[in-house]
Amino acid sequence: MKKISSVLILILLIFKTSLASTYSSDPQTFVQELVNDSISKLSDKDLNKEEKADYIRNVALENVDIDALGLYTLGELRKSANKNDIVKYQEVFKEYFLKSLTSRLTDYSSNKFEVISAEKKSSNYTIVKSKIAKSDNQPEIKIDWRIYTKNPDKPLIRDLIVEGLSLARTQKEEFASILSSNNNDINILILKLEEFVNK
Amino acid sequence: MKFKKYIILFSSILLLASTEIKASEECFEGTSRAIFKFNMGFDNAILEPIAKGYNKLPEPIKNGTSNFTSNIATLLSIPNHLLQGNIKGAGNATASFLINSTIGIVGLANPAEKMGLRAQKEDVGQTLGSYGIGSGCYFVLPILGPTTVRDSVGMLADTFIDPFAHVTWREKELLGASGNQLDYLTVKGTTAVDFRADNETNFNSLEENSIDLYASFKSLYLQNRENKINNSSESEDDWGNLDN
Repeated sequence: MKKISSVLILILLIFKTSLASTYSSDPQTFVQELVNDSISKLSDKDLNKEEKADYIRNVALENVDIDALGLYTLGELRKSANKNDIVKYQEVFKEYFLKSLTSRLTDYSSNKFEVISAEKKSSNYTIVKSKIAKSDNQPEIKIDWRIYTKNPDKPLIRDLIVEGLSLARTQKEEFASILSSNNNDINILILKLEEFVNK
Repeated sequence: MKFKKYIILFSSILLLASTEIKASEECFEGTSRAIFKFNMGFDNAILEPIAKGYNKLPEPIKNGTSNFTSNIATLLSIPNHLLQGNIKGAGNATASFLINSTIGIVGLANPAEKMGLRAQKEDVGQTLGSYGIGSGCYFVLPILGPTTVRDSVGMLADTFIDPFAHVTWREKELLGASGNQLDYLTVKGTTAVDFRADNETNFNSLEENSIDLYASFKSLYLQNRENKINNSSESEDDWGNLDN
């Protein structure tokens, strides 16, 4: 009997863990659940830096449209570049994105986060408006989430707009600068991303 | 007097030339990158350490300083709201300045915000932008940082229409108030330290994660100016053709 109940508890725990990473399909609730979950994990003092980094990687892989973000940041070159180069670029972009994201978030200290509203822009996009409350170290920060809703059952994050500044656009313009000073050679960009990933 | 005329003439030519040029275009990228490098050195050696020290000050002191510099900046917003035909904005900014300067003890507190008066910051660069004048090409100024042709002309014009600059930088009395250039530089320097301190984490994150820091700063500057001119935080929607 004791054995059966232990197995049941284990099953329940596994089930609960897998449920925790599946968020609502409503964009507004999706963002709120994702952030609440992330805040609780990232401010958990029992988790070390590597465990937090693993958590961020998994959440990002599951909930951020990294492939589309990679294509977007490549700009017009995505239409003319060689397919093999694009595949190679997307692989290294994914690693670049995850490394840069984990370095930004592992030291996150919990602040009060609030989803304010959601605005459906089209059948493909909803902008979820949110804010992080003012704290001792920082002023109030407004964050808009560009949520891709083409598959209504599985919303995906495509961009964060922090105080009106789009992270995806910044990344795109950064890459455009590298490309334009290197004859639009995608391999130079890939090389630079690899250098970042390996440093 | 002749010098002033030359400035106005030169600024007008620059502005006329700038209407056709997009902000993303560089005026002289090589030089700007060199100046940017110098500015980063200045930041690492001077501004960042001061900002770190500032961040260790007790919260009421930091808030008071931030409120004080912000209140003074409101003076520049008032004429710019008027130049943009925004009477309500000018009224809000004036009321905010008067309330904060009196009830808010020379601007150290911000009771106006609690009363629902939020003074939106405006400068001549934004005013010119609201007239439809293009930004012109982009470049970097020593110490002052990123700018465009329109914004640099605006920055110069700011010192002519800003009552605070009139009293301090030009050392002319206005409604019994007087000051000197040191006052002007102190307030501007404090504003820079306050901004740098507020954004300490963001700066570190950018430095750590950018593969072309110069281009990141350029993009952020241009987006910020675009938003301020449009009085909106909506980001340009260019995702439309990426619907896979």
